[in-house]
Amino acid sequence: MPTKIEKDHITGTETTGHEWDGIKELNTPLPRWWLMVFYATIAFSVLWMILYPSLPIPGATGLTGWIAREAVTGEMQAHQARLEPMLARLRAATPEEIAADPELRAFALAGGRAAFANTCAGCHGAGGQGAPGGFPSLADDDWIWGGSLEAIRTTILHGIRNTEDEQTRQSQMPRFLADGLLSAAQVNDVAEYVLSLSGRATDQAAAARGAAIYAENCASCHGERGEGNRELGAPRLSDQVWLYGGDKASVVRSIAFSRGGVMPAWQGRLDPAVINMLAVYVHALGGGE
Amino acid sequence: MSEMKAPERLQARPAAASPAPAADLPLYADRQKVYPKAVRGPVRRVKWAVLALCLGLYYVVPWLRWDRGPGVPDQAVLVDIANARLFFLWIELWPQEIYFLAGALILGAIALFAVSSLFGRLWCGFTCPQTVWTDLFMWVERLIEGDRVERMRLDKAPWTAAKWARKTAKHAAWLAIAAATGGAWIMYFNDAPTVTREILTGTASARVYFFFGLFTTTTYVLAGWAREQVCTYMCPWPRFQAAMLDEHSLVVSYRAWRGEPRGKAKAQGVGDCVDCLACVQVCPTGIDIRDGQQLECIGCGLCIDACDQIMERLGRPKGLIAFETLSNLAASEAAVAGLPPGPERYARGMAARRPPRFIRPRTLVYAGMLSVVSLAMLAAFLLRETLGMTVIHDRAPTFVRLSDGGVRNGYTVKIANKTRETPMLALALEGPAGLRLAVPDAAGSDAAGRPLLAARPDGLAQYRVFVTAPPALRLAESTPIAFRLLDPRGRAVAREESVFLGPKP
Repeated sequence: MPTKIEKDHITGTETTGHEWDGIKELNTPLPRWWLMVFYATIAFSVLWMILYPSLPIPGATGLTGWIAREAVTGEMQAHQARLEPMLARLRAATPEEIAADPELRAFALAGGRAAFANTCAGCHGAGGQGAPGGFPSLADDDWIWGGSLEAIRTTILHGIRNTEDEQTRQSQMPRFLADGLLSAAQVNDVAEYVLSLSGRATDQAAAARGAAIYAENCASCHGERGEGNRELGAPRLSDQVWLYGGDKASVVRSIAFSRGGVMPAWQGRLDPAVINMLAVYVHALGGGE
Repeated sequence: MSEMKAPERLQARPAAASPAPAADLPLYADRQKVYPKAVRGPVRRVKWAVLALCLGLYYVVPWLRWDRGPGVPDQAVLVDIANARLFFLWIELWPQEIYFLAGALILGAIALFAVSSLFGRLWCGFTCPQTVWTDLFMWVERLIEGDRVERMRLDKAPWTAAKWARKTAKHAAWLAIAAATGGAWIMYFNDAPTVTREILTGTASARVYFFFGLFTTTTYVLAGWAREQVCTYMCPWPRFQAAMLDEHSLVVSYRAWRGEPRGKAKAQGVGDCVDCLACVQVCPTGIDIRDGQQLECIGCGLCIDACDQIMERLGRPKGLIAFETLSNLAASEAAVAGLPPGPERYARGMAARRPPRFIRPRTLVYAGMLSVVSLAMLAAFLLRETLGMTVIHDRAPTFVRLSDGGVRNGYTVKIANKTRETPMLALALEGPAGLRLAVPDAAGSDAAGRPLLAARPDGLAQYRVFVTAPPALRLAESTPIAFRLLDPRGRAVAREESVFLGPKP
């Protein structure tokens, strides 16, 4: 407790009266200007609370009515308004016209890259490399539904096996084993034949037996020599790209139980300009036709 | 030196060991305002010439023009921040070549060390901007308020209308010079005629006005108010200059062996110093050179002119204060030990001096460093590439499996073109035979079928490049390849190494 307030004879300053083992504490108050700045900050904070939203009460927005969310929305709208002339041109043009116009193409590639990272990369990978288990690579030269600008745009617009879009890409392969259309031995034989189309059969006898089964059950969609059919969305079987794996077990599984990956339809969810930009961007990933 | 009188400044301080410490023990020394007196003489003339040269260069250089063709700034020296280019006469540098600026600063630093080891603080006393502008401001002050005595009297006088008028005129003149200085600084970063017109018509950008204001204020405050305090308290150079100086450096020195003991001109048995204080009165930092080498001395040599004037008037030889080496001071001191003041002592002291040794290990090392750095910079400049290429391999996907079993890799090739032309460059691939190169945006192909890329003038051109390995070509997981850029004559102007990635074989 402060008991003995006295004047320190060396500095001429009063002590606080605190003393520890003969060491006394000088009382040196803050300079007045410092104190004033301190009070000014308190006044500032009170003023701030009156003017700006600072209380955790719904509707307590402050006298200025300023709200951070509205400010952000305003900025986003202003940004969108700046882009609007370009987006209007992109909406009006076909993907072919965009790809042919250097200015539109540069804008579409940049905008498509951002939109791809937002909406597509989750399944198709950051660079469109795809992922095992039915997420196709968009950078290779193998297309189930077509790799032209228009075909890519249609796929983005309507999706694949989408239940809510009438024009969606639709195809359904039978479940040959599960539905009793083929026996397990027949599935094995036809799988060997399918592998032989890309020169990878291990059992030539089985492959030979499988040829007849293939001609009867598979060729109508996948083609006589496994060349595929984009109209029907039947993948090419004679190449080295396998959406669900090209080893025998995967092929057997595909025949026995079928596959059927789905993709959302983006019409109505994305700006038509963004869909056009995505088509141009995906086309430029390396596999565009 | 030991017989020298202790300077009054030191004597004025209270003795440290007094039992009851006085209340006036300040933590900070109050500034003693310095009123330097005007002086004439050879050193002063050199200082005026250096001042005129430095200020002339500073104010005139931004106005020099240099024709670089259409669409390019025609200012001889320009730091174009907005377009990220540095123009210096015929040289045009990109931001990534900032090391040329670093090299120039290193050269400047070594040159400063070299000059200091030879001639003391020549930089501080003659060419440092702080010295040059302070000198200019003092000259203006002297024109308006008069010389030392008048200025001291004016400062003590009550605030009459006449005093207000003089002070206002002085500060207005200072501010005008400061504004011209700040304005000239802006011109090194903007087109001089344009930015001058914009500043005067009030249409310049807020950034221009900010920096204009900033450099005007710093000039006014540092040259008008802070003056020698910048050198004594703010500048690091006086702190470590002692490491550059040695006993053979020519520094501003008082020849104590000749001047001591001080006394009236007509007194008997005294040295040449008549204690007239002329050297103290002209000193811009307000020190007494007779105290010997000290941190505050900027080596401007004005005390030499002041003392020489007095010596001439008294009919005594000049050079009581002179650019002299410490080793000569010691030699003279030793030669005159025990001799009474007089012509004999003077002659013996002067005869003991040796010409200054300019070639010593220290100066040789500095000269060597200067030549090495200069040569390195010259080589870097002569070998500077005006066309550059970078190759970035795609990160995702690292490679693409094609339907025929082949493998494709994607690359982003960037061509930096520092010229104003648009060369068509062929892209060639070095790697295992069979690899195919394709550039979808190529401008065409040359006779050998290589894709032709247009290099954007004074900019960066970017191309997507695909390299494909056919199924028959079995490569390792990672195969080193390289890209080369060929000019129309087939000469490789750039080569960049990369890799071709594929699945495990």
